[in-house]
Amino acid sequence: MSTLSVNLPEGNFDWRLPSRGRVGMYCLIAAEAAIFTIFVVAYLFYIGKNVNGPKPKDVLHAPILYTVCLLSSSITAHAAVRRLVAGNMVAFARFWLLTILLGGVFLFGTAREWAHLILQDDLTINTNLFGTTYYSLVGLHAFHVTMGLLALITVALFYFGARLRSEHADRLEILSLYWHFVDAVWVVVFLVVYVIGV
Amino acid sequence: MSTTTIAISELPAARPFTLRLHDWVTTVDHKRLGILYILFALVFLIVGGIEATIMRWQLVRPHNDLVSPEVFNRMFTMHGTTMIFFVAMPLVFGFANYLVPLMIGARDMAFPRLNAFSFWMTALGGIFLYFSFLGGDGLYGAGSAPDVGWFAYAPLTAKTFSVGHSTDFWTLSLLSSGIGSIGTAINIIATILCMRCPGMTLGKMPLLVWLNLVMAGLVILVVSPLSAAQIMLLIDRYLGGHFFDTQAGGSAVIWMHFFWIFGHPEVYVLALPAFAFASEIIPVFSRKAIFGYPVMVLATIAIGFIGMSVWAHHMFTVGMSAGANTFFVLSTMAIAVPTGIKIFNWLATMWGGKIRFAAPMLFCVAFLFQFLVAGLTGVTLAVAPLDWQLGNSYYVVAHFHYVIVGGILFCIFGAFYYWFPKASGKMLNETLGKLHFWLFTIGFHLTFDFMHVPGLLGMPRRIYTYEPGRGWDTWNLLVTVGVLFQGAGILVFAFNLVWSYLRGKAAGNDPWDAWTLEWSTSSPPPVYNYAVIPVVRSRRPLWDLKHPEDLDWRYE
Repeated sequence: MSTLSVNLPEGNFDWRLPSRGRVGMYCLIAAEAAIFTIFVVAYLFYIGKNVNGPKPKDVLHAPILYTVCLLSSSITAHAAVRRLVAGNMVAFARFWLLTILLGGVFLFGTAREWAHLILQDDLTINTNLFGTTYYSLVGLHAFHVTMGLLALITVALFYFGARLRSEHADRLEILSLYWHFVDAVWVVVFLVVYVIGV
Repeated sequence: MSTTTIAISELPAARPFTLRLHDWVTTVDHKRLGILYILFALVFLIVGGIEATIMRWQLVRPHNDLVSPEVFNRMFTMHGTTMIFFVAMPLVFGFANYLVPLMIGARDMAFPRLNAFSFWMTALGGIFLYFSFLGGDGLYGAGSAPDVGWFAYAPLTAKTFSVGHSTDFWTLSLLSSGIGSIGTAINIIATILCMRCPGMTLGKMPLLVWLNLVMAGLVILVVSPLSAAQIMLLIDRYLGGHFFDTQAGGSAVIWMHFFWIFGHPEVYVLALPAFAFASEIIPVFSRKAIFGYPVMVLATIAIGFIGMSVWAHHMFTVGMSAGANTFFVLSTMAIAVPTGIKIFNWLATMWGGKIRFAAPMLFCVAFLFQFLVAGLTGVTLAVAPLDWQLGNSYYVVAHFHYVIVGGILFCIFGAFYYWFPKASGKMLNETLGKLHFWLFTIGFHLTFDFMHVPGLLGMPRRIYTYEPGRGWDTWNLLVTVGVLFQGAGILVFAFNLVWSYLRGKAAGNDPWDAWTLEWSTSSPPPVYNYAVIPVVRSRRPLWDLKHPEDLDWRYE
């Protein structure tokens, strides 16, 4: 037998620490932001360095409608979590499914744009430097949207399995931090690819 | 405050080997994962050491033909990659995993399953790297292990110049261990910010915890760019992308930037935990509280910030603009300031103390001296014109081995001698420890002091042989002789670990009369670390327990 000495507090001790989920998510977002920074820097560095076509201004059309969809999905995600806190499950589900729908529409937009670029404009990832940087950056973002959607759908499945309660609002808030981040990254990608890059 | 004594039963009786193995493979306990990280690193330390020995044996005399040029290229690539990613990083993470929760009075890390995931991703990276010896041939019958150097400059890594799969394994290995590193870093930060025991405000955390917090922040910000660059390299190699393809307008220099944005802060990722060990060991063995705690914290944060703005001093010889050269000269010199502050604070901690030269302290004192020398040669290399002369010579190799071996590895050895009793319940043998120290110190100085000279005389790094009569011969012989001493030191160390684990004398809870929380629990600690979560009021809670007449928190 060995012994262990500890100090016990006297009376009440006010000791609050940040939520680990929140801190963990902020750290993940910082790491992801660093990855996106490198891809954005590469994109900016390579603008105009193509040695053969097609060039961005010949083939790119800003996907404004799909951008509106993705950005508004942040608002609906936030609204959904508010409803969950209030215990209004039906309203929560409505907003949550709307978020999934908006994210899905955005991904559909990316798919349509890519199909057009590949089939009509003959631009693939190995066509030229623009193709490489474009598909990498937009693809990296689309990958993150996909991951986010899978997480949102998982929550929806829990809802339909009647396992979701308003105590889970805090976790959903942390998940929606990630979703907001993915949306914010799109603002940067949009600016870089469709505004500065053409 | 009242003190309660709680009885804790010893570990349960031994279980069958397969069950114990299953326990270890499926564990999410931070102590076991810490030990797994460290054992994993020790295996790779031996492997990386053998690779270094092969290189030194090849260079022992001019025109030696122990290995072919191709094998020599593989050896320096594998040695560098192994030592940084599969020895130094896992050692750092292993100690952080083991110590941080104990030191902040927590029962585990914030995300135990993420912790296990991160370890196994790192292990997968090591397997990828060494599987290349078998699978690197691919369909092309060319190459086996990667041979592109540990920083894998473009266009060497392009399909044209690196056929087969050796570079692919290198990339996948770094990508997968990078994911593991980021996961662990997230975990360390969340643990430190969210799991501290009552009373442990940020200003009362042990310095080790502070330094690991900054280290984890650096990992998040710099390993991610490395992962991004690896993704780009994979796109180039598998999908025909052109990121680093100069024929198609791509840039080889941008790979250098991306790599060194990771590569230089990585030095601080490894150095800060080494500083952390010194900051715990030196006070305990000087019998004094650390000198200038707030300044130490600020210097650490300063190193973190400045460390991220010095990377292009690795690229002076590439030919950057005068403005860029000037910026990176000045920022690189600036980082010597917070580092110097730390050295003075450690010296001031020892000043007037009652110093015990036990094995942990011996390694830390040698670290102080050697790290100073490494910093000074670092300042010489920060001078761009001198770097044009010395860049890519053995002077650079000597400099960074002085940092990583003389600075970081010495502290890690000190940490082994200091915390082994906590993790195993047995003391490491002190006589063997002193033998290890002297063999390794003599070997280190033979190898790396003398390695500066052929560099100054113009010997480039990464050459597999050299002409006689250039004045390099004797120095290279001495450098290789040093390797024998270092190897002997490592063998003594390995023997000491095994022998002391089996036969060492019992350590008790607090063999060093130390002051941080981990020494208040049993050795080895129970799975739950603390039966009752402790409450602290000062930076040295165990001092307060042992000296109720002279409480620390009255002065802090």
